Order: sequence, then C-alpha cells, then structure tokens
Amino acid sequence: MSNEATLHSQDLAHHGHVEHGHGNGHDGHDHHHEETFISKYVFSMDHKMIAKQFLITGIIWAIIGAFFSVLFRLQLGYPEATFPWLESILGHWAEGGRITAEAYYALVTMHGTILVFFVLTAGLSGTFSNLLIPLQVGARDMASPFMNMLSYWFFFLASVIMMSSLFVQTGPASGGWTAYPPLSALGDASIGSKIGMDLWLISMAIFVVSSLLGSLNYISTILNMRTKGMSMTRLPLTIWAFFFTAVLGVLSFPVLLSGFVLLLFDRHADTSFYLSEIFIQGKALAHEGGSAILYQHLFWFLGHPEVYIIILPAMGMVSEILAVNSRKPIFGYLAMVGSLFAICILAFLVWAHHMFVTGLNPFLGAFFVLLTLLIAVPSAIKVFNWLTTIWRGNIRFTPASLFSIGFVSTFISGGLTGIWLGNSAIDIHLHDTYFVIAHFHIVMGVSAFFGMFAGIYHWFPKMYGRYMNQTLGFIHFWITLVGAYLIFWPMHYEGMAGMPRRYFDYSTWASFNQFEGLNQFISFVVIIVFATQLLFVFNFFYSIFKGRKLTTPNPWNATSLEWTTPINPGHGNWPGEIPEVHRWAYDYSKDGKDFIPQTVPVSPDESNH
Amino acid sequence: MITMNAQKNKIHPHKYSMWIAMASITMMFIGFTSAYVVKRAQASWLSFELPSIFWVSTGLILLSSVTIYFAQRQFKARNMGSYKQLITITALLGLAFAACQVIGFSDMKNHGLALDSTVSASFIYVIVGAHILHVLGGVVVLLVLFFRAYRTRIRTYSSVPIEVASTYWHFVDGLWIYLLIFFSLAR
Repeated sequence: MSNEATLHSQDLAHHGHVEHGHGNGHDGHDHHHEETFISKYVFSMDHKMIAKQFLITGIIWAIIGAFFSVLFRLQLGYPEATFPWLESILGHWAEGGRITAEAYYALVTMHGTILVFFVLTAGLSGTFSNLLIPLQVGARDMASPFMNMLSYWFFFLASVIMMSSLFVQTGPASGGWTAYPPLSALGDASIGSKIGMDLWLISMAIFVVSSLLGSLNYISTILNMRTKGMSMTRLPLTIWAFFFTAVLGVLSFPVLLSGFVLLLFDRHADTSFYLSEIFIQGKALAHEGGSAILYQHLFWFLGHPEVYIIILPAMGMVSEILAVNSRKPIFGYLAMVGSLFAICILAFLVWAHHMFVTGLNPFLGAFFVLLTLLIAVPSAIKVFNWLTTIWRGNIRFTPASLFSIGFVSTFISGGLTGIWLGNSAIDIHLHDTYFVIAHFHIVMGVSAFFGMFAGIYHWFPKMYGRYMNQTLGFIHFWITLVGAYLIFWPMHYEGMAGMPRRYFDYSTWASFNQFEGLNQFISFVVIIVFATQLLFVFNFFYSIFKGRKLTTPNPWNATSLEWTTPINPGHGNWPGEIPEVHRWAYDYSKDGKDFIPQTVPVSPDESNH
Repeated sequence: MITMNAQKNKIHPHKYSMWIAMASITMMFIGFTSAYVVKRAQASWLSFELPSIFWVSTGLILLSSVTIYFAQRQFKARNMGSYKQLITITALLGLAFAACQVIGFSDMKNHGLALDSTVSASFIYVIVGAHILHVLGGVVVLLVLFFRAYRTRIRTYSSVPIEVASTYWHFVDGLWIYLLIFFSLAR
C-alpha cells in the first residue's frame, strides 16, 4: 500500500483501487505520517483545510472591520451625542463617550485596510481559490501544498502584526488605507504616522508575500494539474476567474511592495523619494527633490488591479451559481472568459484615473478616460450574460442564488456610477466626495461581499458536509440587500452636493446641515445591517456543528467535479482515481436531462451544445 | 480504468511556479526602475558614475551562471562529487558578488553619495540592495541543495530542485545585467 492510500484512509473503503504515482506533482511530499491535530488543523497542507483557515480568519477580520465602520458611523450620524460605553472600550480614544478625531481617522483607515486586503483579498480569493481550484480541475492538491501552507501562515503573521498595531500607544495607521506620503512618511505628521504606520507597512509587506505565494500556486495548479479531458475551455468559470485574479496579483502586488520599500526608506533612512520642501512643526526639513505623486503611481498601479482582484472571484462564483440554480448552461461561456481577459488587461492601463486631480497632465488624462470607459464593455458583456443565463431559467431561490442575483444588481448600479467618475471633467467636481464612497462601496464592497456570501452558502456543504440554515439565509439576504442600498444610495446625493469624504464632523458646516437627518438614517441602517451579519456568522458556526447533514454528495445537482468527491473528502479528494472529464461544466437541461455531470462520456446520439 | 487519470505534466509544476515567481520579481524591479525614470525626469537629479567595482561583480555573477550550468549537468550525470564542488563555488561566487556590491556602496559613500544624500544615489542603494537580497536568497537555496547532497539516509534522484535553482540563478544574473545597463544608460 502506497503513501497515497494512507492519504485517503479516513473515507476510503477500497484502498485497492488507489493508483500509484498519478503525477509527479506529488512525489516528495510527506503524506506517510499519521495525521495529528497539529498537522490536520493547524499546519495543514490540505488545500481544503487551508481554505477554511483563510475563511475563518477572514470572518474574524470582517467582524472587526465592520464594527469599526459602526463606530465611525456613530460619529457621523450623531456628532453631538455621547456614548459612555465607547469610553469603556476605547479608553482615551473616546473621552467622554465621543470618539476623538485621531480615533476617527484610525478607524476609517483600518476599516479600509482590513476590508480591502484582509477580508476581500485574502478572505475571498484565499478561501475559494484554495477550496475550488484542485476540486474543480481534478487535482489531489495544489502544485505545492507546502507553499500553500506558507501562504496562509504569512497571512496569519501579517494579521497578527496588523492586529497588534491596534493596541500600540499612538494607535494604528490613520492616514487612509492608501497611505499617501508625506502624511505616512513623517512620524511628526500625526500620531497615526508613528509606530502604527511602521507596523502597517511591515504587515502589508508580509501580506504581499502571502498573496504571491498563493497566486503562484493557483496559476501553476490551473495550468498544470488538470485531470485528463479537462481542457481549458471545459473549466468552470470560477476557475477562469481565479486564474485571472492570480495573474493580476502576481503582476501588481510586487509593484506595491516596491512602493512600500521606498516609503520605509523615506521614513527611516532620511531618503527623499517622496518628500520635498516640507515644513513641519515650524521647521523646514532637509528633504529635497522627492515626489509624493510618485507614490500614488506605484500605489495605484496595484490599487486598480486590486479592485479586480476583489471582484473577479465573485464574478466567477456568481456565474457558476447562477447557471446551477437556473438549471441552464451559462450564456456565452467564451464571451465570459474573453471579458475576464479584457478586464485583466485593462486593469493595468487605467490606474491614473485615481489621480485626475493630482496635477496629472490633462492630455494624458484623456487616454486614461478612454481606457477606463472601455471597461464598461466587458462589464456589460458579463451583466448581459448573467441576465440571459437566468432568463426563462427554472430558477431555484436558494440563499446562494439570491446573493448571486443581488450581486448582479449591485454590480450594475455601482458600475454605472463608475462611468461618471471615469470622466476626468466630472471628476473635478466628484473626486473625494461621498459619491466616490457610494460608487466603490456598492460596486466593489457590497458586490464582492455578495459574491462571497453566495460562495459560502453554495459550497458550505462541500466544506463541512452540512447545510447552512436556509431561513436565516433568506433573512440575511433581504436585510443586507435592502440595507446596502439604503446605506449607500443616499451617499450619491451627498456627494453630488459636494460633501467631501474623510471629515470628522460636518455639523459646523452649514452647506451640509441639510444632510443631518440623512446621516442619522444611514448610521441607523448600518447598525441593523451589522447585526444581521452577526446572524450570518452565528448561522455559519452553528451549521458547522449542528447543521442539517448532507445525504448526497451532490446536493445542488451540479455538473462540476467537486461534487463527485465523497461528502467529507480526505486529503487527496478522490478515494479512487481522479475522474476523467468528457464535457464542459454547463450541461444543464440538455436533451431532456436536468443535468449531465462532467464525468459522463458523451453518447453518440447526444446533441451538440 | 487505472490508466484513465494519469495527470500528464509537460512541465513540472514547481518549474512553472518558478517562472511565475520570476515574472513577479521582474514586476517589482520594473516598479523600482520606472519610479527611477519618473524621478529622473524631474528637477534636482544628480548624475554620477557607477562604482567601478560593479564591473568586477558583474564578472563574478556571470561566472557563477557558468558554474551552476555545469553543476546541473554533473547532477544529471550523477557525478555527485563535482556537483557538490560546483554548487559550492557558485554559492561562494554569489557571496563574493554581494560583497563587491557592498564595497561599491562604501565607495559611493566615500565620494559623498550616502543613502540620504541625493535621490539618484538613494535609488542605487535601494534597487541594488533589493537585488543583493535576491542573490542571497539564491545562496540559501544552494546551501539547502548542498546539505541535501550530503544526506546519506535519503538520496535525491530528481533533478527538479537543481533545475529550479539554476533557472532562478540565471534569472538574478540577467536581472543584474539589466540593472547595470539601465543605470549606465539612464544616469
């Protein structure tokens, strides 16, 4: 009996079929020791366990990041009110029950950092790329399970450092999640620019390493470890989306790292990459010849692809879930792949639209306007294909499919405002207002979260062998959908009226007094939506232990390979051989059959798709 | 049935991962050098000659690419003795390269071009320093291979690790040549 057999020992009834040496991707990895608690749950090399580690760490971060938004929304909605309980948790950061301006900026900065990087990058693509890539392409594990484990533990280390920055005396970074110099480069600039900023930069550098290790694995697994018959055009769209996400990450995160390295030198080695002619606390600094705009170029060269790193996995999962729950093949499979590719290319060519008002040459701006507006084309193709996929489908309204439909809704309404912001002329009025906040929260934040929720509800049975509670899922969906619109829709009007973002207190600003009631309303909805997310978290953890058990390995009658594994697959995924693939992943309602799994050979009298 | 699911790999996944990692590192240095280009177009840019010892280090790292190429051939021929010698020489050449770069740094400093003096000098320190770290990473990998070669309990017959290491080594070599040409042309 080979190493492979012990690999699947938990679920395996028939060791005899285990094939020896099914691929040289797996030699040299230690599988022949007994699984202990440490090797199974902590330093696991099983992609499914690593996915769960990413997911649960991401959930913890999401609760923290969302709670921060509740705190600063209290300030924005009720600037005059005092909340004594705030002082008991935040201490001198909320003296007298009202958060200080420093605390407000720290909360806003950490909210952005946590949700963009730790939840919607690591928590989203870390979870689902790990879980689904080997299962859906038909591989025993990732190309390098060891590197995959390192990817999680680098993320964990980055998390620990970022978390510890919340507890230092001068507080965490507070110059915004973009960490623009000179504010971020000079310790004297604000208390949030002291040790908190250093910890932020170190944590982010380690985060980049984690992300790169993960992405390397995703790409080489997708390209090299597909099972027999799994040609690239037979891949489920989830895999295509994860693939382009990883490509974006591999090519854009290193540029961010180089920007951070230069910033660290400016902070600690007296270099002048970003600093020039600065007066601080009444004295002139020696720094000369630096350019703060240079940082913005390096940052947004990552920063823009980053928003696609966040949204593409959600797009992939939504495509898959909509097809499964409409019992129809995905409409325009190749157009979906093509539009993902187009988005991936354009992602690298539009970064300066974040910098229209930084003194960018207006003629250069015109090119970036054009390229930015071009993104509307692949986005519209995708929206059209999702709508035509569910059009006249036999739709099953599960929480997963509802969240997918919700994704399409928020992606449309958030995407359309992108056309406004992509114009450099309109941007003169709208930049740095609540309009921008409304735009990116709907199109990137809410949409990506909807994709993530859809993925969790849909693949929870594969992760834990149990279902999540459906009723709680429906409550979660409706309150979140309505709440998200109620929170962010009014912000468009605030932004059009010129209300700038990142202000601590608008109450003394007569122009915006008209929004006092609206701000209170938004904050009130925020609290309700936050409470609803806790309901989801309860549902998630309760269902892990007490959820209804699966009785069939394929609960959604889906065609893709992950549902051909046992209900609780061991390390190695398939107890016997890896199944061979004979068709694409979207044979639903074909020739009078509800669905035909990818593993079923094409029969001679079958119609072509 | 059993022959059905052989996962055929044209190229080993680890080698593939190495190529993607190299693309990633390349992007980092593209980030650095494009920042350099942007800064160079702006005011108060000071131009200066590179330390001449950088040419010595260039020779050393080119030589080390040759030695690791032969190391890989010796491994495949199972001449483990000369394989061990060659990877040791390669690692030492890597260390000598790093030492020369550091000497170059002190040379610059002696000519009034310290890290915090002018931004054109700062770029040299940061970019060349980042490259040194990548070379030292390669040296660590070679050390691991060296100790593996001395292991008696487990013998390695797979040439994948040395092939991946040598690909990386040629890459950091090429990266230095790129940087040298870049710094010489865009002063």
